[in-house]
Amino acid sequence: MAKTKTRDRMNNEINAGSMADIAFLLLIFFLVTTTIAEDKGILVKLPPWSDEEPDITRLKERNVFSVLVNAQNQLLVREEPARIGELRERAKEFIMNPTKRPDLAEGPRNAIISLKNDRGTNYDTYLAVYNELKGAYDELWDELSERRYGQPYSEEMPFAQRKAIRDEIPMVLSEAEPTNFGEEQ
Amino acid sequence: MSKFSKKRGKSSPAISTASLPDIIFMLLFFFMMVTVLRDSDLKLQVNTPEATQLTKLDEKSLVNYIYIGRPTQQYQSVYGTSPRIQLGDKISTVDDIPLFLEQHKVKLPENKRPRITSSLRVDGDVTMGIVQDVKTKLRKSNQLKINYSAGKRAGSLD
Repeated sequence: MAKTKTRDRMNNEINAGSMADIAFLLLIFFLVTTTIAEDKGILVKLPPWSDEEPDITRLKERNVFSVLVNAQNQLLVREEPARIGELRERAKEFIMNPTKRPDLAEGPRNAIISLKNDRGTNYDTYLAVYNELKGAYDELWDELSERRYGQPYSEEMPFAQRKAIRDEIPMVLSEAEPTNFGEEQ
Repeated sequence: MSKFSKKRGKSSPAISTASLPDIIFMLLFFFMMVTVLRDSDLKLQVNTPEATQLTKLDEKSLVNYIYIGRPTQQYQSVYGTSPRIQLGDKISTVDDIPLFLEQHKVKLPENKRPRITSSLRVDGDVTMGIVQDVKTKLRKSNQLKINYSAGKRAGSLD
């Protein structure tokens, strides 16, 4: 074999043709192992554990929006049967009480939503109810924020503004110890 | 038309594939970034319900997952068909939760610990009893930030 001249060698290039194949191989590996699992959900802050029962007798009845869910996944809102679909509007009306009805909350600061379920309630139903109640607050915050700051309520807002809104309409959702009538599966 | 017919005679030049590796690499890096190597093998069937008021969990390392659901077909002979709890990659009971939380906590720096979130991935069909037990245990363990994992619902409720 003839010895290549130095000048020729300078012009030589590394063959990059197989680079694509190597990259493809890696790509396919990552494609297979990937789970674009962005975890989303309803964020909840649980109350700290205390051994004594909370005393709710001192609350005025008009300020409590009680939601009961039984083991048949039926709803009882303020002692009347209701559907999940109407829960959000009713909760919003209760919290804000725009027409100053005597049977709804005195004001958003006094309003308390009380949620109680059974051990036999379906998780699906429970979460749907929780979602609606949280949705009611989210919508109210959005409306207030829109009126005051001209933008919907979001985590990107300055902390002071968020705090002002949450002071105006604090989210009080208390969950009672569930009843134990239904059958667990 | 003559403008086009002129070209037809010529043989088309080969498309240069020199930039192909770059494109592939770009895709590769994208997938490497978004990849989370699946760390636990799910032994339960978990179909989370759908909801609308969702929050995105930002820092993955600050989240621990608690799965609740019925064992899948292949594990039913061992664990039965009633809903069970899975922590990490093993089926556990409620009493294992404090240890599980502690094991996750020690891996994190002190200043980030208050921001730990427990994500509850619960199957829509299970009843609240077992979920309630888990919640009570979490409250007793002082792990108060929780997340009910759910998918995005597009339509409205009935």
